[in-house]
Amino acid sequence: MGHYFFTAEHEELRRAVRRFVSEEMRPEAEAWEEAEYFPDQVLHRLGELGFLSLRYPAEYGGRSGDLFMSVVVFEELARCGLGAIPLAVLVQMEMVPPPVLRFGSEEQKARYLGPCIRGEKIACLGITEPGAGSDVAAVQTRAVRDGGQWVINGRKIFITNGVRADFILLVAKTDPAKGHQGVSLFFVDKGTPGFAVTRKLKKLGMRSSDTAELVFEDCRIPAGNLLGEENKGFYQIMWELQGERLFGAVSAVAGARYTLERTLELVKTRVGAGSPAGHQLAERAAELEAVRQLVYGTIWKVAHGEYPVKEISMCKLAGAQAACRATDLALEVLGECGPTAENAVQRSWRDARLNRIGGGTDEIMKGIIAGLLEI
Amino acid sequence: MKHWLFEEEHEILRKTVRRFVQKEIGPQVAAWEEAARFPRELFRRLGELGFLGLACPGEEGGGLDHPAQAVFLEELARCGSGGVWASVCAHLVSAMPLVGRLGTGEQKERFLTPAVRGESVAALAAVRQEASRGDACAVVAVREGDHYVVNGTQTGVLNAGLASYVVLAARTGPADGDLTLLVLEKGLPGLEVNGRRAGVGWHAADLADLALTGCRVPVAGRLGEENRGGTYLDEGLAWERLVVALGAVGAADLALTEALQYAGQRVQFGRPLAKFQVIRHKLVDMATAVERARALTYHALTRIARGEDAGTEAAMARLVACQTGVAVADEALQIHGGYGYITEFPVERYWRDARVAVSAGGSSGTMREIIAGRLWEGSYGLQGPGEEVGGRP
Repeated sequence: MGHYFFTAEHEELRRAVRRFVSEEMRPEAEAWEEAEYFPDQVLHRLGELGFLSLRYPAEYGGRSGDLFMSVVVFEELARCGLGAIPLAVLVQMEMVPPPVLRFGSEEQKARYLGPCIRGEKIACLGITEPGAGSDVAAVQTRAVRDGGQWVINGRKIFITNGVRADFILLVAKTDPAKGHQGVSLFFVDKGTPGFAVTRKLKKLGMRSSDTAELVFEDCRIPAGNLLGEENKGFYQIMWELQGERLFGAVSAVAGARYTLERTLELVKTRVGAGSPAGHQLAERAAELEAVRQLVYGTIWKVAHGEYPVKEISMCKLAGAQAACRATDLALEVLGECGPTAENAVQRSWRDARLNRIGGGTDEIMKGIIAGLLEI
Repeated sequence: MKHWLFEEEHEILRKTVRRFVQKEIGPQVAAWEEAARFPRELFRRLGELGFLGLACPGEEGGGLDHPAQAVFLEELARCGSGGVWASVCAHLVSAMPLVGRLGTGEQKERFLTPAVRGESVAALAAVRQEASRGDACAVVAVREGDHYVVNGTQTGVLNAGLASYVVLAARTGPADGDLTLLVLEKGLPGLEVNGRRAGVGWHAADLADLALTGCRVPVAGRLGEENRGGTYLDEGLAWERLVVALGAVGAADLALTEALQYAGQRVQFGRPLAKFQVIRHKLVDMATAVERARALTYHALTRIARGEDAGTEAAMARLVACQTGVAVADEALQIHGGYGYITEFPVERYWRDARVAVSAGGSSGTMREIIAGRLWEGSYGLQGPGEEVGGRP
């Protein structure tokens, strides 16, 4: 379905990504899920083809494109049938690069931003801890200055790309007396002594995405690995949180729409027209379409310089719920048709479920919206 | 919460089963699920404890009643594995009672007695035409002298792998409803059992596919009369649906219990989740939903216990309880946050298993069709849209 926000250039990009996904990704998708790991090469290849850098400035390897370029990439990646891929790309393209672009020194951008958006170095973002989930300010990983170094101690959990990443953009406390205003951002390279992956977590869905538990034990990094200003970490990461939610919503909706598309094909061939599930499928399709339009409209606002936290929270909340309802219905409907294509549909059902939790739970979104509605 | 139907002896049984499940089944379930293997030894243990005699009133079993069976089955569902529960039910609720009701003395001796002891595992392979499936029974049996020659396939049969024998419904006449029940012992030439990949949930269930190629079953292996199999199966339907409802209620209760525990312990923003009104109210809604489903289920159980027709109530209970199971497991997962998404915590398994339960033994659509067929009957005292008063639409 064409849309007035997408130009001929966007559609050309869409065709290129769609071709790449169907030729180089979809044939291997099942095997990657079985192995619970998609190859690093996928991110390298996406970077090589320029799909990860489109909206970043040309001087760092990008094309200075708009946000709708990223939308196209996420929408098309969802058609590989694995939620894990858009999730990894979300971190690689829309969570780590933005704060580096805005607050990094030229030297840091050369070391981390360029390689990240060119897919040469795989990135992860370290915020969540066992004791700090929804309560991000409760982060306890500590960074203490010691001469020309920072010494890091702490642990992180639920870190996407955490096993494979070449570096982590880490959130650590630099002033315990100050709550969320005492937090800073640091680059830590893989292989730095004192930094280790302790576990690769087994999950309900997104199985080919590596989710790590990490530990820092007297891990020493150079002073130059501080990103931006000390104690300004929270402020610097704020855009990342919004971007994660907004593009997360894009992926959630795109994944669910792709699932519905396939479900409708199967229902038509197995059951014929006039299926009793028709009305329910119609409802889910209408809901997804409504959220898609909300997401596009919000992207447009952001692209025009706005910072619509309420709408972004709505996109994430509504997108996650619509995706979960749609994939749930797809599974129920196909359960009645027999087990033939269940594997892909039940995978998308498990994958979709993360959207109501990761990046901020439904409950947190509702709290933000309620706050902005001044309730 | 006490209920009018259960006597003191039932409450004692409930405590006994609950303790047994907590001690002997619960802690092992994660390993069985991971290995996707049903623990064969569980049948022997259940037999040892006398639980498998619950389905056989009379000399073979304990002579216990429907409420007692219901207590056992609801409590068993708190083991945390929908698959383990399903395999036990396939043995105890689906297969054994058919032998018990229809078997000759010799058949009961051969098939029922060892099943009560848990030495034999029983399976039932009987998929009939469903509203949305459109396929007639895919197994056909032709009489040849003192044998039936059976051909066909049946997929996803609970216990087919471990079973010593399978009670099979085969088409023996021209009409779709002309079914005959045959007991097939493992090892019969022409009977092939193939394992299947685990699906979305029920990973610890024993599930296999049957392939029958010119399999010769002696007439002595027939249960009851020829072409009456459909009727025999129908007789057990209300109870089977009720059992599914009981399982859904038990599993939902477990999910609720764990969500309550987690919410009481997990501290964020300086206090346990349970101190947030939104979470508290969520838990209240979950608990209320479980009670509501339980009440409807026990109501259907009461009618069955009294020997009354409970077809509508059992179908309604099945519909409501399974939907409740899905909703409660979903909220329980949500309350666990990120930890609900990793397999270290069992709640993601409860979420998957609840989804499987909705489609097992008849989809929600089928339940609705069954209830719809009765909406204009008797108890509603309404004139239906058909020609006669009280006629079906």
